[in-house]
Amino acid sequence: MKPAPFDYVRATHPDQALELLATAGDESKLLAGGQSLIPMLNFRLARPAVLIDIGRLGELSYINRQDGTLRIGATTRQAQLERSKLASAGWPLLARAIGWLAHPQIRSVGTVGGSVAHADPAAELPVACSVLEARMTVASRSGKREISADDFFVTHLTSAIEADEMLLEIAIPAAPDGAGQSFVEYSRRHGDFALGGAAVVIPLDAQGRCAGVRITLMTAAPVPWRARTAEKLLEGELPGAQQLAAAAKAAASEISPTSDIHGGSSYRKALAQTLCFQALTEAAAMATPPDVTRVGK
Amino acid sequence: MTLSTITIDINDQAYRAEVEPRRLLSDFIREDAGLTGTHVGCEHGVCGACTVQLDGAPVRSCLMLAIQAEGRSVRTVEGLSDSPEFHPLQKAFLDAHGLQCGYCTPGFLMSLEPYMRDADEISEQGIREAIAGNICRCTGYQSIVDAVQIAANEMRPQEDAER
Repeated sequence: MKPAPFDYVRATHPDQALELLATAGDESKLLAGGQSLIPMLNFRLARPAVLIDIGRLGELSYINRQDGTLRIGATTRQAQLERSKLASAGWPLLARAIGWLAHPQIRSVGTVGGSVAHADPAAELPVACSVLEARMTVASRSGKREISADDFFVTHLTSAIEADEMLLEIAIPAAPDGAGQSFVEYSRRHGDFALGGAAVVIPLDAQGRCAGVRITLMTAAPVPWRARTAEKLLEGELPGAQQLAAAAKAAASEISPTSDIHGGSSYRKALAQTLCFQALTEAAAMATPPDVTRVGK
Repeated sequence: MTLSTITIDINDQAYRAEVEPRRLLSDFIREDAGLTGTHVGCEHGVCGACTVQLDGAPVRSCLMLAIQAEGRSVRTVEGLSDSPEFHPLQKAFLDAHGLQCGYCTPGFLMSLEPYMRDADEISEQGIREAIAGNICRCTGYQSIVDAVQIAANEMRPQEDAER
């Protein structure tokens, strides 16, 4: 189908976009890469009166590292993040996640900020933001504020961004020294929406015991799901197969995924447990205690 | 709702038209520019038939508004070869039976050409990743993978062979 009619304004500066948002409010929608929005327009699931195109705001397209924190401008293309050595060196999980994200034809246009703001719990970047404890900077005409990943994802396709606000930047703090990272996903065909997935960060203490493990499950709940019970279970434990299996079981027991034509709830739960165990095992194999000199890989 | 006059460079030629903001790039290419080599399948970004290149990168033209592409450079299947001869990739599709009905073919070609240009090494895995976003219901993909490998051999610099 074709989109319903709308007015179109191309913003030439972030402040102008905020000004337009403040005036048009609920009636308007920001257009960055459009790789989620345009299908919704074509299906007429979304019928905004005004589209504010922020896709050419070069000011918001950047990847840099400041004091260990990776800063990604909202209109940075997903393909740029995919190619970023800066990102893959410090956050290998991100590179793995992007590899699962749709197809090259989508990543060349789709933006990092667009995917995060779309807040789909079946999408890779929101899950990566959750497990890496990213902080999102949003702005309105009256100022800026920073939102933690936990507070940012409100429910299915809903973020904490208000109608007059715009996402400016995603800041990803440095992973703890020596922490193992993993991202695994399963879909029937590569690039389809995930049936399940898990992202894991395992930092170790000097004795090689888990200290501050983070687990986020994909497609498990209306938001990227931090499996806190499972995380706590691993605290102070050696990351052996038995402990990791118990944690994966605990993580899956916390969730009640919705059934649909692609998979029933119990199947998705079992899948979550398997994928969580895979991710934990992979991350544990990569993890080294912080005071040990790391040798190769 | 207002009409805007936009110009898009397609295959090194400027096309100018008065369009509604909701005009999809795929419709601009087919209807305003009259370049019907670009095919439209699902119109929601799943099938890949409408893939064209925007500033050299493969994109889905049904997932982009024409006005978003204003002033930018688009390449369609008609621009693949600048002579009456086929591009080596097109020739290889023909030779290896990389198509039957041909509906999806322009999308495959426009996805594969940048992959072949940018890849350090052409591999079966790489080819399959490059076309993961294109659906073909005729070939089962193997003959498409074969075609790319034939084309890659054909396009490899001939220096060594001539020496």
